[in-house]
Order: sequence, then C-alpha cells, then structure tokens
Amino acid sequence: MAEQLLNIHQLNKHFGGIVATDNVNLSVEQGLIHAIIGPNGAGKTTLIAQLSGQIKPDSGEIEFGGHSITGYNTARRAREGLARSFQITSVVMPMTLLQNVMLAVQGTSGHSFRFWSPVSEDREMATAALESLAAVGLDDRADRIAANLSHGEQRQLEVAMALAMKPRMLLLDEPMAGMGKEEGAMMVDILNSLKGDITILLVEHDMDAVFSLADRLSVLVNGHIIATDTVENIRNNHEVQKAYLGDGHA
Amino acid sequence: MGWFPQTISGRVYAVILLILAPAPFVFEWINQPFYLDLLSRALILAIAVVSLNLILGFGGMVSLGHAAYIGIGAYSVGIPSYYDFYNGWLHLGLALSVSAAFAFVTGAISLRTKGVYFIMITMAFSQMVYFTFLSLEEYGADDGLVIYSRSEFPEWLTMDGSTSLYYWIFGLLLLSLFFVRRLVHARFGRVIVGSKFNDQRMQALGFDTYRYRLVCYVISAMMCSLAGMLLGNFTGFISPDMIGWARSGELIFMVIIGGAGTFFGPLVGTIAFVLLEEFLSLITVYWHLIFGVMLVALVLFGKGGIDGWLSLMDRKRADNG
Repeated sequence: MAEQLLNIHQLNKHFGGIVATDNVNLSVEQGLIHAIIGPNGAGKTTLIAQLSGQIKPDSGEIEFGGHSITGYNTARRAREGLARSFQITSVVMPMTLLQNVMLAVQGTSGHSFRFWSPVSEDREMATAALESLAAVGLDDRADRIAANLSHGEQRQLEVAMALAMKPRMLLLDEPMAGMGKEEGAMMVDILNSLKGDITILLVEHDMDAVFSLADRLSVLVNGHIIATDTVENIRNNHEVQKAYLGDGHA
Repeated sequence: MGWFPQTISGRVYAVILLILAPAPFVFEWINQPFYLDLLSRALILAIAVVSLNLILGFGGMVSLGHAAYIGIGAYSVGIPSYYDFYNGWLHLGLALSVSAAFAFVTGAISLRTKGVYFIMITMAFSQMVYFTFLSLEEYGADDGLVIYSRSEFPEWLTMDGSTSLYYWIFGLLLLSLFFVRRLVHARFGRVIVGSKFNDQRMQALGFDTYRYRLVCYVISAMMCSLAGMLLGNFTGFISPDMIGWARSGELIFMVIIGGAGTFFGPLVGTIAFVLLEEFLSLITVYWHLIFGVMLVALVLFGKGGIDGWLSLMDRKRADNG
C-alpha cells in the first residue's frame, strides 16, 4: 500500500446545533488526486478550512506527513507544505502577478524579518515565481496588476501561488468556480500536469472535471463521508447514487 | 541632468528637500528666526507622521494613539533632565527602549483586534499615557515640565543652537524617510503591505502576519519617539497637552493630506498642515472652521492626497505622450 500523506481521524465540528463535520475519517495517498464531492452544504469548505487551519475542529486529529498538525496555525501548516487555494478568489489585488507569486515563494523560504534588501532585486525568487506562472500559462502577463485580470486568470493565479509554495499537498477549494468551459478545460489540463508530483485534495462541483481528474473519490453528505473509493466504483455505488448522484448525474 | 527626477512628483519632492536643506541659513540671512521655528516644528511632526504612515499607510493599521509615543520621547528628555541627567545618549536610549516596550505590550493586545476596535484600543492606551503624565505631580502634572538645557551630545553632534537642532531634525527625518523606503521594499515590507490587503491569504501563504505586524508597530513607535525626543528639546517645555488623542487625530490627517502609503506624502502633508494652520490663524480667528471645511473636502474629493494629485499629473503627462 502506498504511503498516506494526510490522515484525518474522527474529525468533528459543530456550529451551534448544525453538524458541519461528523466523525470524518479520511486518508489521502501520496501522489494521487483525491476529490471530495457532495451536495451544497455538505461541509466541504468547512472540512478544507479545518485542514488548512482557518477553523479549529471540536475534536479529532489531523496528521500530515507522519505527524499531527492539529495544533498548528494556518501559517505553520503552509510552511509544512500544506497549501490551499480559495473558493472565492483571494490574491493581493493591487500587486502584480509576479509580486503575488513572489509572496508565495517568500512565505515558504525562511523568515521575512529582513528589512534592507529590496525584494525586486531578488533574482532567485523572481525565477521561482516565473516558473510557477509558466506552469499555469500566465508568465506572459507577469507584470499585469492582479485586479485587472479576468476571473479565470485570477483563478489560475490562485493556483500559481499555491504551486509557488512548493507544497507537498494542495488543498483546492473549487478551482473551477465561476469559470467558462474553455477556462475550466485549461484548469483541468493544469491540474493533470501536476498529477503524480503533488498530492491534491480537490473539492469541485464540476463532475466532468472530477471524473477526468480524480484517482479517488470521497462523498460527503451532511458532514459525514459515506463512501471513499475509485471513480469507477463510486459511480456504480448504489448508496452514493441514492444520496447524491441520483439527481441527474448518474 | 540625469540626477534630477523625471516625474513631476519626484521633482516636487526634490525641490522641497533642496529648499529644506539650507533653510536655517536662508532664514538667518533674511532675519526671520520665526520661520525656522515653524519649520523645525513641522519637520519634527513630519518624523512622527512618517512613522505613523508606516503602520497606517503601508500596513493598514489605523492607530489613534501615536501621540503617546511623542509623549514617551519627550518625557524621556524631560524626566532625566529634571534630575540633572542631560546625557543625550541616555535620553535617546530611554525614548527608544521605553517606546519599544510600551508598543510591544499594547501592540500585542491591540493587534488582536481589527478596524474600528483597533482605532479605539490604540486611543485608549494612548489616553492611559496621557492621564499618567497628567497625574505625575512630581513632573508638573498638567502644568508641564520645563527642560532647562538640551540633551548633551559630543561637540560634532551638539543640539545647542537652533541651526544645530534643525539639522538634527532634518537628519533624522531623512533617515526615517530612507529607512521606511528600504523597509517597504524589503521582504518585511512585502508582508506588511500584503497583509493590509489580504491578511487571510498571507497566512495561507505561510506568514505569521501577527508577528510581522507587531514588529512593524514597534518599529513605528520607536521612530515616533524620536520625534518626541526632538520636540522636548525644541520646545524646552513638555506637558500632557502635547499628547492627547486630538494630536493623534491630527497626525492621521497629516498622513491623509499627504497621501497614505506613499514615501514623501507624509512630509508634504505635514508641511501643508502646519503652514495652513499657521496662516489661517493669522487671517481670521474663525480659522478652525475654514480648516475643518478644507479637511472634509480633502477627505471627500482628494483621494490619494497631495502625492495622489502629483502622481495623477504624471500619469496624464505620460498619456499625452
């Protein structure tokens, strides 16, 4: 059996009376694209937020790379190699693409209590950032201001930033959200090209994209994972069809 | 002339610095010592405003309590002098260390909050300083404290005489401007600016933004205490009146008039503020009213402050070829 990069043990999160995460157990194998699907309000984003540290779980344990990261804050998890992208585009709008991605390089390359040398003269960081921009096809627009990009381009920038952190694992929260067909197809290509190098946990609504990308699928319903299996088996899983795919997808 | 800036804003700032550099000799020559006083006061405030701009303009931390650090700097001169300790290094060391300690403790608490709460809590802490000095009977309480002699430095660094003091002020101002520029363009500054626009993102990128913001706050406070140390020496008299929350509010206005988050904006904003205040009050006793209207108009219509207008002119010129 391949190595497990991420292990989630009995994770629970309640918001008042609402159960957002219900006893979730999940293992993500090294090198795979593991997708989480589920109806709206199933708790997918809440789960991602607990993995990246924005929300603290009520109970349970998160193991990453062999040790517990449950007590780590967002920044420390990012430095450990667990990078996330956001469902709602979250970049530094007034900065250029290059500056945005250089921030991502900077965040995972030592501390930033450096007060004197200009970042703009740091060739090494710029080169690393341009590589990530090239990986998502944005390197020809490196000096544009992020706010002036199209929505699809901003989503690509979001992924470039996550890549620039040289993560061991990417948490992608609906990377295709709000994208047109063409842009969506481009994102699928980008993610496919990363396959094998980076472990990816993907939350996505676009079923075509999920089926073409994912090696493993987990189905989240009402905060609980009702099945984890290969794409083929999930498609044929009666319980899953009833709970989720039954309404038009299967 | 390759050394001279090509942009309008750059030229305006270069001219201002070229006017400021020989100011004491010019005013002596035309026999107007009053203007040197006015200018000295303006440039002292400018150091405080540059320091505030670092956290407010670049870091998005709107502190309504920065005058407290002017107070700490001024009393770092006043209290030792009261006991006949005039050593300038002592004054300087006290100002920097006490302001750093106070900023570290209050910043650690204040930076847990955001927006209006940050404004209110910084104001509350600065009022604590204000009322502390107000209650210290030994050091004059609300009557203030007279400083009989300036901080003592080696001969080549002396503060005695208005020209020497002016160059102390001008020198520290230039250092502050230069330091902020280096800081903002360095790794540290990128984190501070990024955190202003999208703190959540910066954390997801691996930055413990709270720590960086706290260090930035402490640096700003220490810079501001230098202004206080100079002010104590300049006026030869310090009182709690200098550091009330209204003064903190004025500092914010000066940042905004000049252009928040710009390098030279704080300097021109402060000079504009001090000159307007001075000349309006000569024209009419109702100058507060005119001044108030001008400030409101500036906040409403003058986005980007003076630096913003100058940059706009630069962009227009660039568009026209």
